[in-house]
Amino acid sequence: MIEAKGLTKKFGELTAVDAVTFSVAEGEVFGFLGPNGAGKTTTVRMLCCLISKTSGEARIGDYDVSKEQDSIKIRQMIGVVPDNVGLYEPLSAYKNLDLYGRLYGMTEMKRRESIQRYLTMLGLWEKRDVPAGTFSKGMKQKLAIARALIHDPEVLFMDEPTANLDPESAKTVRDFIMELKKEKRTIFLNSHNLDEVEKVCDKIAILNTKLMATGTPAELEGMVGARKVMIGLAQANGAVVESLSKKYPGLTASPDGMTLTFAPKDPEGQIPDIVEAVVRAGGRVRSAAVEGSTLEATYLQLVRRDAS
Amino acid sequence: MRLSQAWIVAAKDFATFTKKKNIVYTVLIIPLVIAVALPGVIFYVQHRPNGAAVSAAELTTLLPAFVFFYVIIAGFVPTTIASYSLVGEKLEKSIEPLLATPTTDGEILLGKGIAAFIPPMMAILGSSVLFMGLMDTFTHAALGYYYFPNWDAAAMLFVAVPLAVVMSVEWNVFVSSRVSDVRISQQLGTIVILPLAGLYVGGEVGIVPLGALSTPLYIAGALAVVDLLLLSVVRETFQRDVILTKWR
Repeated sequence: MIEAKGLTKKFGELTAVDAVTFSVAEGEVFGFLGPNGAGKTTTVRMLCCLISKTSGEARIGDYDVSKEQDSIKIRQMIGVVPDNVGLYEPLSAYKNLDLYGRLYGMTEMKRRESIQRYLTMLGLWEKRDVPAGTFSKGMKQKLAIARALIHDPEVLFMDEPTANLDPESAKTVRDFIMELKKEKRTIFLNSHNLDEVEKVCDKIAILNTKLMATGTPAELEGMVGARKVMIGLAQANGAVVESLSKKYPGLTASPDGMTLTFAPKDPEGQIPDIVEAVVRAGGRVRSAAVEGSTLEATYLQLVRRDAS
Repeated sequence: MRLSQAWIVAAKDFATFTKKKNIVYTVLIIPLVIAVALPGVIFYVQHRPNGAAVSAAELTTLLPAFVFFYVIIAGFVPTTIASYSLVGEKLEKSIEPLLATPTTDGEILLGKGIAAFIPPMMAILGSSVLFMGLMDTFTHAALGYYYFPNWDAAAMLFVAVPLAVVMSVEWNVFVSSRVSDVRISQQLGTIVILPLAGLYVGGEVGIVPLGALSTPLYIAGALAVVDLLLLSVVRETFQRDVILTKWR
C-alpha cells in the first residue's frame, strides 16, 4: 500500500531524509520511530504529496507521489493527522469536519453520517456545536483524527497523535487507533512513544535521517542482543547449574551463585518451564524475569550508534 | 481549476471572518467613515456661518478626487482579511491539513483571493452609494444638477477599485509568506496604498487630472499591469512545497 525506495529529501546542503526504503502492506499499522529532526515528518509530507522529494521513489497504492496527476488521487485516498492539529478554532467541531467533507467531495448526507459516526466514536458528538478553540488538547486531537477520517481514507498518516496529551486522552486516542486497526486500515504512525508503537504497530522502522532498522516489534527487540531469563535463588546451589546445563546450554550463574541466567529462544514463553526445572533440580526460586534487549534498548543503541 | 473547491475555501474563510469582530469592523468602518466624512466636510463648508461656500468649479475638481479615495481604501481594506487569511492560517497551523486535501494550490489561492476580494468590494460599493447620495444632496444647490452617478465615478468604482483590491490581495499574499505576525503583515500590506496616495496628492496639486474620464482608465491600466506582475510572483510563492518549507 505504501512503498518508498531510496526516498531522499535535501534542503540545500542539509539532507533531511537519506535514501529511505520501506514498504507497508495493506491493513498494516506501521510505526515510524526516530528522534527529533530524524526526518519523520518530512517523510510523511513527501508521502502525502505535501512537499516534493529530491530523489528516490514513493508510491501510495498505484499512484506515484511525484506525478502531479497522481497527487490529487493520493490526497483523496489518504487522511492526515499532522503534529499540529491545525483546526479552525472559531468554527464549531461540526463545521470543521463539514468543511473537510466538502473538500473531499462528499454529499451532504454522507458528510452528516460520517461526522456523527466519528464524533460519537470519539466522544465529541455532544460538543459538536462548540467552537473548536474552546476544546482541551485531547479533544482537539480527537477532532483532528475525526477530520482525517471523515472521507473514509484507505491510508491514515498520524504524526505524533498522542504527543502532549494527558494519559487518559492518550489512552483514548490509542484505543481508537486499535479500533481502526481492527477495521484493517493501513496506518502510518510517527511517534516518539516506544511503548505505544510496540503495543499498536505490526511493523516498526527506526529512522535517524537514514533508516536504521525495520521489522516487527519482536524482531527489533532481538536485534541488539538476545533476551534472557534471570532466575533469582533464595540461596546458592551449584547442583542446580550442574543438572540443568545440558538442557539449557547457555546457562550461567553469577559469581555469588544467587542468579542464574538462561538464554532460551522464547524467553517469555519458557519462563514457567525454566522455573519448574530449577525447582525440580532443588533450587529455591526467589524471582523470575525476562531481561535484556527491549525495543527501547534497540532504539537507543541504534540512534546512539548513528550519532557517534 | 475547480471553482467549486475554491468556493469551499472561500466560504470557510467567510465563516471564520464573521467570527472575528476586528476584521468585520475594519472592513465596514473605513468605507463607512469615507462615505459620511467626505460629504460631511462639503456640508460643513457649504453651511459654515461666515465662510465662503465652495464654488461649482471647485466642486467639480474636488468630487472626482474624493471618489479616488475609494481606490486608496481599496488598497487598504483587504489587508486585514488577506493577512488573517494567510498569516492567521499559518500561525494556527491549519494550512497543512488544508493542503493535504485533494485541492490544488491554485484552488486554495483562488478561494483565499475570493474571500479577501468580495467583502471589501461589497463594503466599498455599498459605501460609495451612500457617499454619492449624500454628496448629491449637499452639492445639488451649488452645481444645479446631480453630479453622481457619472462615467468617471463608474470607471473608478467598477474598474480601478476592483483592480486595486486585487493588487492589495496579491501583495498581502506575498507579504504573508515573509512574516509570521498578523500585525506586521497588515502594516507591510498597507504599503501598497503609498503610490495610490501619491496619485491623490498629484490630483490635489494639479499634476494628475483626476476629473478627466481618461484618468481612471489610465490608473486601471497601470493597476492591471501591476496585478499581472504580482500574480506571477504570488503563483511562485503560493506552492505547497514553498509554503511548508520556506514560509516563515
